[in-house]
Amino acid sequence: MAIEVRIPTILRSYTGGAKSVAGSGSTLDELLADLDGRYDGLRERLVDDAGLRRFINVYLNDEDVRFIGGLAAPLTDGDTVTVLPAVAGGAR
Amino acid sequence: MLTISAELRSKIVAHALADHPDEACGVIAGPAGSDRPERFIPMLNAERSPTFYRFDSLEQLRVWRDMDDRDEEPIVIYHSHTATEAYPSRTDISYASEPEAHYVLVSTKQADQPEFRSFRIVDGEVTEEDVLVAPE
Repeated sequence: MAIEVRIPTILRSYTGGAKSVAGSGSTLDELLADLDGRYDGLRERLVDDAGLRRFINVYLNDEDVRFIGGLAAPLTDGDTVTVLPAVAGGAR
Repeated sequence: MLTISAELRSKIVAHALADHPDEACGVIAGPAGSDRPERFIPMLNAERSPTFYRFDSLEQLRVWRDMDDRDEEPIVIYHSHTATEAYPSRTDISYASEPEAHYVLVSTKQADQPEFRSFRIVDGEVTEEDVLVAPE
C-alpha cells in the first residue's frame, strides 16, 4: 500500500528536505503513525490532543479531510495526501 | 527588500479598500527562486471578519497546486488590517508559514491614506523591509 504524502516547506526539516514521502496506512491516523516512525516529530506538528491541528490543512486527493472523517478518513492505495499550513492571521 | 510594480501595489491596496471593513487577503506568485512578484491572486477571506483572515482551504489547495505546476512560489502574502496599523500581530506571526515570502500588510484604518508595509516573518521574528515600487 503506497500513499504519497506532499510535505510543505515549513515541515521539510522533519523529512530531510524531501517535498514528498511515501507511507502506508488504511486511515489517515495510521498513515501519520507510520510516518512518525520514520520522521520523528512530524506527527506532532499535525495532531494534538484534540485531533488534527486547527491551522494545518490536510487533503486527501482533492478533498479537505475535515469533511471526510478527519483522522479516520479511509485511504486507498495510490492516494495522495497533501499538507498545507493554513494561511491565516489578522489584527486580532 | 520587496521590489514590486506600481500596478501590483495598487491592486493590493484596491482589494483592501474594496473589502473594508473585512480583512482582505491574497498572494502574488512569481517564478520559484526569483523573488519577483508577478501574478496577482486575490483570495477569499473565509472568515469574512474585520479582525481575522483565513484562506479557504480548498481554494488554497488549488492555488498552491497551480503555483507548483507553473514552477512558482508565493512571493508576497498580503492581508489588511481595518482598524489597526499595518504591522504583523501576534496571530500573523504565529501563523506565518512561508519563510521565503514577503508579508505585506495594508491598513485601511484611514481610507484616504492606506498604509502599505512589508515584512519578513521567519521563526517567529518580524523584520520590516523597504518597499521599492518599480515603474512598469
